[in-house]
Amino acid sequence: MAYSDKVVDHYENPRNVGAFDKKDESVGTGLVGAPACGDVMKLQIKVSADGIIEDAKFKTFGCGSAIASSSLVTEWVKGKTLDEAAEIKNTQIAQHLALPPVKIHCSVLAEDAIKAAIADYKAKHTDA
Amino acid sequence: MPDANAGANISLPIYLDYQATTPLDPRVLEAMMPYFTGKFGNPHSRSHQFGWDAEEAVEEARRNVAKLIGADEREVIFTSGATESNNLAIKGVAHFYKDRRNEIVTVVTEHKCVLDTCRHLEQEGFKVTYLPVQQNGLVDLDQLRAAVTDKTVIVSVMAVNNEIGVIQPLREIGEIAHAKGAFFHTDAAQATGKIPLDVNGMNIDLMSISGHKIYGPKGVGALYVRRKPRVRLEAMINGGGQERGMRSGTLSPPLCVGLGEACRIASEEMGQDLAHVQQLSTRFYDRITAALPDVFLNGDREQRFPGNLNLSFAYVEGESMIMAIRDLAVSSGSACTSASLEPSYVLRALGVEEEMAHTSIRFGIGRFTTEAEIDYAVDLIISKISKLREMSPLWEMVQEGIDLKSIQWAEH
Repeated sequence: MAYSDKVVDHYENPRNVGAFDKKDESVGTGLVGAPACGDVMKLQIKVSADGIIEDAKFKTFGCGSAIASSSLVTEWVKGKTLDEAAEIKNTQIAQHLALPPVKIHCSVLAEDAIKAAIADYKAKHTDA
Repeated sequence: MPDANAGANISLPIYLDYQATTPLDPRVLEAMMPYFTGKFGNPHSRSHQFGWDAEEAVEEARRNVAKLIGADEREVIFTSGATESNNLAIKGVAHFYKDRRNEIVTVVTEHKCVLDTCRHLEQEGFKVTYLPVQQNGLVDLDQLRAAVTDKTVIVSVMAVNNEIGVIQPLREIGEIAHAKGAFFHTDAAQATGKIPLDVNGMNIDLMSISGHKIYGPKGVGALYVRRKPRVRLEAMINGGGQERGMRSGTLSPPLCVGLGEACRIASEEMGQDLAHVQQLSTRFYDRITAALPDVFLNGDREQRFPGNLNLSFAYVEGESMIMAIRDLAVSSGSACTSASLEPSYVLRALGVEEEMAHTSIRFGIGRFTTEAEIDYAVDLIISKISKLREMSPLWEMVQEGIDLKSIQWAEH
């Protein structure tokens, strides 16, 4: 399969690979996908006191498109509020990376990962 | 592009997909060349020198094919390749004997062209039993014995599996088939010329052979059809009655000569080819497993052709790995690359779990693979797997002591 230049770039030079401490109050963690399906994404956001995503990290088990999709969204969410980040759509990811139809599920998973990370962060701060 | 340690002797990418196809041996090409131009005759022309020359070449090729498998030359017919041979063997026998016997026994890990042929015959009313395999990829002979009945017309079990390289116990399978009066067909596309085969010693009645898996040309193969006791089959291609009426159509002398020369070379050099492949295979496997934990060999360790190593690299997805090791021409055990997103049916049949099947790569080693290529491949794999594992959430969780099975994964 021929990958787009953008996929190859993110795959070769993934942005923001790594992990934050899951227990940190300012961190939201999203873990989506399933090993049996061949894709698992872990996306973490670090949120400032005023509700801005100041940093993001990911780790992904999956094909090149899955790795590229998650790498891309770590760049996109940075500097956004939680509400803004929640508006990122899989179609934008797929379009930006020029994903072929069989790889659309990778962008869907990346969108799910953002939503899961936000939900995790919000769950930690329900009392606040 | 890769770094300078590639050395002078390596050209990239390195071909490690010998199960898909093999390069043509230059000696084979040389033998074929005259039959494209000067000696262009139709081997079935009986009235002049051009025809006689072509016929002589084709018959010598037939003798070389026969010799490699311990057969008589009159038992070898040329086809377009192993897919046609498999179709002709199974459909041909099933159709010819359909009034007496209507059951077929095969195995779930067979090549698609055998399975699809059997599916087709099922639609015609034949009863097909698809035997499971054990965890090592081998047929359970007791299960086979139970499945073969006096209504079974043919038992079809491949010699060497294309995905995992395991060698089925052919002699015993043939014995079980014969005990019930059934014929034994084996798809030997991956085995011919690679491991010793003897149609008499192994109780084989029909055997499919491919040209391009044994350093010969694409577009030609052969089918061995036993004469004593005689195996009859209904032709699929009708016409001038060539190939003893089993396969009409003008033979291609250059292709037949190519297959024959490939078989002649294999007869002479099988020992050294096998030793070469064994040495490189052991070197590859030992170095990889010494450097990387959680790497698993799929299929039986002993009963295998060493030129096929199907490895699961736990916690690293196969397609991302193939992308990472683009300098190596390999094939994924998982069919992700073919858009179906389903892991290999062969690995599933072994009971390899889906998450592990997604991490599998097949490495094929052959006559022209060099030690320098193997060393380059090993170094690349070790560095890339390590990098991808650093990027893998599954690897991270396992290092933290989390049991992946305890997680509620959302299947998508």
